[in-house]
Amino acid sequence: MFFSNFNLDFFIFGIMPYVALTVLIIGSIARYERDPFTWKSSSSQLLRRKQLVWGSILFHVGILVVFFGHLIGLFTPIWVLDLLGVPYGLKQWFAVLLGGAFGIVSLIGATMLLHRRLIDPRIRATSSFADILILVLIWIQLFVGLGTIILTMEHMDGGEMVRFMTWSQSVVTLELNAWTDVVSVHWLYKFHILLGLVIVALFPFTRLVHIWSGLAVPFRYLLRPGYQLVRSRRSRASARAAADAHMRDAARQPAE
Amino acid sequence: MKIRAQIGMVLNLDKCIGCHTCSVTCKNVWTSRDGVEYAWFNNVESKPGTGYPTDWENQKRWNGGWERSASGKLHPKQGGKWRILANIFANPDLPQIDDYYEPFDFDYDHLKSAPEMEAFPTARPRSKITGERIEKIEKGPNWEEILGGEFSKRSEDYNFEGIQKEIYGEYENTFMMYLPRLCEHCLNPACAASCPSGAIYKREEDGIVLIDQEKCRGWRMCVSGCPYKKVYYNWSTNKSEKCTLCYPRIESGNPTVCSETCVGRIRYIGVMLYDADKIEAAANMEEKQDLYDAQLGVFLDPNDPEVIRQARAEGIAENWIKAAQESPIWKMAMDWKIAFPLHPEYRTLPMVWYVPPLSPIQNAAEAGAIGMNGAMPDVRNLRIPVRYLANMLTAGDEAPIVTALERMLAMRAYMRSRNVEGVTDEAIATRVGLDGRTIEDMYKIMALADYEDRFVIPTTHREQVEDAYDLRGGCGFTDGNGCSTGTSKTSLFGSAKRPLKMPKEVA
Repeated sequence: MFFSNFNLDFFIFGIMPYVALTVLIIGSIARYERDPFTWKSSSSQLLRRKQLVWGSILFHVGILVVFFGHLIGLFTPIWVLDLLGVPYGLKQWFAVLLGGAFGIVSLIGATMLLHRRLIDPRIRATSSFADILILVLIWIQLFVGLGTIILTMEHMDGGEMVRFMTWSQSVVTLELNAWTDVVSVHWLYKFHILLGLVIVALFPFTRLVHIWSGLAVPFRYLLRPGYQLVRSRRSRASARAAADAHMRDAARQPAE
Repeated sequence: MKIRAQIGMVLNLDKCIGCHTCSVTCKNVWTSRDGVEYAWFNNVESKPGTGYPTDWENQKRWNGGWERSASGKLHPKQGGKWRILANIFANPDLPQIDDYYEPFDFDYDHLKSAPEMEAFPTARPRSKITGERIEKIEKGPNWEEILGGEFSKRSEDYNFEGIQKEIYGEYENTFMMYLPRLCEHCLNPACAASCPSGAIYKREEDGIVLIDQEKCRGWRMCVSGCPYKKVYYNWSTNKSEKCTLCYPRIESGNPTVCSETCVGRIRYIGVMLYDADKIEAAANMEEKQDLYDAQLGVFLDPNDPEVIRQARAEGIAENWIKAAQESPIWKMAMDWKIAFPLHPEYRTLPMVWYVPPLSPIQNAAEAGAIGMNGAMPDVRNLRIPVRYLANMLTAGDEAPIVTALERMLAMRAYMRSRNVEGVTDEAIATRVGLDGRTIEDMYKIMALADYEDRFVIPTTHREQVEDAYDLRGGCGFTDGNGCSTGTSKTSLFGSAKRPLKMPKEVA
């Protein structure tokens, strides 16, 4: 049998990160290139303002902090912590408090949005399967993520956190055997990581692609000189050539 | 001086009969699709009224257009770049679809499929969004048609500012006019300025403002940014859409669909040359009543040899310069000063202008007490208050409106005198600062309004921008990428795509 030596931990920690990241990157590029018309945030605010304003703000602010918290927390090399003299326990406390607070904020927002999406007839009728699926998955992910905090509270020395950091960074540094370091963690962590990677893999096929734009937009907008945009179909060269031709014509014709 | 050409439009409200042909033909061509049933790139409002979407002129409520800060800087009224980005998760100034109206259709099929019943079958309304029954339609695209509804509601019209409006609720003193509206293709568009993605742009060659559907991400800041509420969010494709000034028609020298089909022949399209370097200062006048004059100052005289020389140097084609010289827009806006921008106080420098309507002399005035200004009735006795028109077209400055109305009355008096009595009375013309020849030209352009006089549209120069050889076998205008029009029922990237219905061979 091919799968006689299948190991779930190896699948989650060893294989899935690469599958998910590959799908994310290639899928995003393919969609951006091949079907830019479908690249959008899919806002439904026009159809119903109720529950959107607070729901969306709480959800987005919360999840942005949580997301960047994970990114910075997991991918900061451990030697940087040592260099700065940050005790692992302190960092973990910081992560638990910040992640917990904003996780709750985000979960409240996500609950409002999910309720609205399922119950409001206008929003329900205009939702695609992917719209509902991805919101449900994110809601579960937030809920599970907050659940892992309870487990984490039992060991606040930062040891487990360091193991997750080591593993996360091993994905980037292609140390393929690092998954063995995290097999012993509680299954809830594993589920949280697996679901996170599933969401990453679904990213290019859902409205989540607007995150790329959302990250780029502040730079694009703030760095744009002034407010207005003018587009010309003429290249500078052809405009110049046309102008020159007109000048020549004008020179040949008697003055008007 | 940076010369650019702009396709502009003038609507002669004096001749608008409110038939909605412009709106209907526009809808048939551009917005007969899912997600934009509620959107009318062109609509005709009965004024006084709160309009579509409701109360759109009230920028205290919607925060559209531009605002001049205390320090003299110009920024979108809904906020500068930082504020707009901060509102990206939820736009506080975005209307809900009910501010336009919930799109509906009727159960027409029930009329023929109903079983035999005692009562006659009826076609009841149904929401186009949810498909659910609507028990009572609360609002439609033209809800206040011909002063429909009670005066107390209609009179919330922003243009009543500074007017004792109560008397206009009385039957004897009531007045009305039509206001057809479309995208203004502004020189200083607030929608484009509000777009964080940079998807909205102004075309250099003709000034048409367009939304790049492939770059639009649906951040919906343009909808709130536009003070005319002429950018619409398509709730099906989740992209913003707006009037394109029928650019494929304009490029080939044809008028827009709304103009082509206008039975009252009220619409004029022509080229205006303007100085792009002057826009910022013109939009940033301290006093809002100076904005109309400032915009006039942006336009360049196409007969000025220096302007012509510079235009050529900047690559503006000969046929565009010639069109600018013959532009009916120039004549009405600049020569005769009878056309005005809609709400110049929004500081967008709009390019769809309006000739204010004349209206009957009030009964009381007619019964002997008529206020005569020389041989002509005083325009202040017209049924539509001058202040009302001024609030709409000149930020409240009545003098230019009075002049325009007097000139239009003079045109009638002069031509009546000449055609009916056989007397050419030059004095009528001089009294309003014109001469007989000008009045005859006005008569030709405004009263006779031949097709060729209304539409002076130069064709675009595609030969400068693309090689026709590369375009052979191309697909024309498509929604998808290249020739793939999204015909597959399921897409890898979500979003249900409507299959294109191809004609089938009949057996």
